Amino acid sequence: MTRKLSPFVLTMMVFGFAFLYVPILLMVVYSFNASRLVTVWDAAHSPTLKWYGELLSNGEVLDAARLSFRIAAVNATGATILGTLAAFCLVRFGKFRGRNLFVGLTTAPMVLPEVITGLSMLLLFVAMEKLFGWPAGRGATTITIAHMTFSMAYVTVVVQARLSTFDRSLEEAALDLGARPGKVFFLITLPIIAPSVISGWLLAFILSWDDLVITSFVSGPGSTTLPQLIFSKVRLGVSPDINALATLLVLTVTIAVIGVGLALQRRERRLILEAQAAREGTA
Amino acid sequence: MAVVGGLSAGGADAVIDAPPSLRATFARLQIGRRLVLGVPYVWLTLFFLVPLVIVFGISFSTPKIAMPPIEPLLSYGADKVLQLRLYLSNYTFIADDSLYLAAFANSVKVALVSTLLALLLGYPMAYGIARASHNWRNVLFLLVVLPFFTSFLLRVYAWIGLLSRNGPVNAVLLKLGLIHEPLVMLQTDFAVYIGMVYSYLPFMVLPLYSAIEKLDPSLLEAAADLGCRPTKAFFRVTLPLTSEGILAGCLLVFIPSVGEYVIPAVLGGPGTLMIGRVLWEEFFNNRDWPLASGVAVLLLLLLVGFIVLLQRVQSRETAGD
Repeated sequence: MTRKLSPFVLTMMVFGFAFLYVPILLMVVYSFNASRLVTVWDAAHSPTLKWYGELLSNGEVLDAARLSFRIAAVNATGATILGTLAAFCLVRFGKFRGRNLFVGLTTAPMVLPEVITGLSMLLLFVAMEKLFGWPAGRGATTITIAHMTFSMAYVTVVVQARLSTFDRSLEEAALDLGARPGKVFFLITLPIIAPSVISGWLLAFILSWDDLVITSFVSGPGSTTLPQLIFSKVRLGVSPDINALATLLVLTVTIAVIGVGLALQRRERRLILEAQAAREGTA
Repeated sequence: MAVVGGLSAGGADAVIDAPPSLRATFARLQIGRRLVLGVPYVWLTLFFLVPLVIVFGISFSTPKIAMPPIEPLLSYGADKVLQLRLYLSNYTFIADDSLYLAAFANSVKVALVSTLLALLLGYPMAYGIARASHNWRNVLFLLVVLPFFTSFLLRVYAWIGLLSRNGPVNAVLLKLGLIHEPLVMLQTDFAVYIGMVYSYLPFMVLPLYSAIEKLDPSLLEAAADLGCRPTKAFFRVTLPLTSEGILAGCLLVFIPSVGEYVIPAVLGGPGTLMIGRVLWEEFFNNRDWPLASGVAVLLLLLLVGFIVLLQRVQSRETAGD
């Protein structure tokens, strides 16, 4: 049922998507440019893989990427656990004391400007170090805690959306049959909400992997993440190896997002088929 | 098969000694419930609420050459008196220096203009996606979401090359004969607007898309049958019925734009005053933590005030209907 779109809407769509993708595509193209002047195409020596070679032999970049990956993975796992717990409370616990505050606490981190989140987290860590001697200095640990706090809010939203459209009869059946609540959660609830939990994990990973502002406030000497390194390079001016880095990142993320999307879709389809087969089997 | 066996065995137990087991389960539930609620609650209180309280407190302090560079609010005086000293100097300083007021005003202006531009571009896009055929819709939806997953910093960086003096934008304009010498676009407010709209466009399109998709097309058909022209039908039917999506999209673009640091720092010039940037510079360049905290408190008040105002307007509108 395709309705015809007006020429105006079509023009705006073409313009809008071009606006979104031309800059990314140009970065990809220029990453193969031999010229050091990023915007001047050196036709004689291009395309070249020189910047990729330079990038992959740059120890600083690799170290920063490794640190960012580690922080993002730990953060995503922690944020997913916290966020899933929070979503569970919001959907299943009905009215409890302090619910309004809890709702505020789980949504506010998403709208608070990053500079405020970063500053407030740093002041907390400094105060804690003075009072308890922990965390001693700032680095990967403080960055991870700060990232978990703001990215768990996003996980909460994603998981909450799935939980609120959840058919509870399966859980009730298991409870009626005497299964403990914990067992019900791991054997029934979790497999059903798994796609949203995986999406939440991915989202939390990306948010942490990408974050510059909050990280800058709570990081210490010796813990430079990839966005911090990129930012310091960008401030010195354009440099062609950043284009190569951008290309690699865009490629990885695109493949990962599409891959996870397809896998989740296939799983959903298989579950539907299995449910159908089971229903036919019992009938 | 094993799972089902285990479950039914448990069920048999429950039936035999119902009262104690029920009570035990209930007790377990309460403890489990407290744990499930307690962990995220304590985490968010400790790492989100308490830090904001600390920022508020430190905004009444004054800088000191020490680590941390803050004069403590509470001190134990010589006469065994516990003193609480609150300095209002940060706030009076911000009020007296026109730079801060200008930065606040400019942040609001930049955020409002960026939001409006994102709405003007995002609405037709969302409309087109919502009205596309099923297969196209999924592809286009993914294309809107995908940039959100690729590095924000690198996407902003891409515009440095694009907008530079001998970059592609100038080259195209020169070739078309629209300009005779390269335009200066980098390090201007124009570049900041581009960066803002570019970065936050997906936040505008997504809520608009879900609002437009929910709209019943038969309403527009009815309007057409009654002789209403498409343009008029759009303004009388489509726009009012998607106002919630418009509001959500505008909030999602406006709020991060007001406090934005990266885009004005990378694409703006030294004259592009924005409050997020001022806070950053007070903190990192001047090491004035108390003043940075004062700026943070005022920025927070500005945003809270803005959200409360919007909610008022919205509730009055629904009451008016």
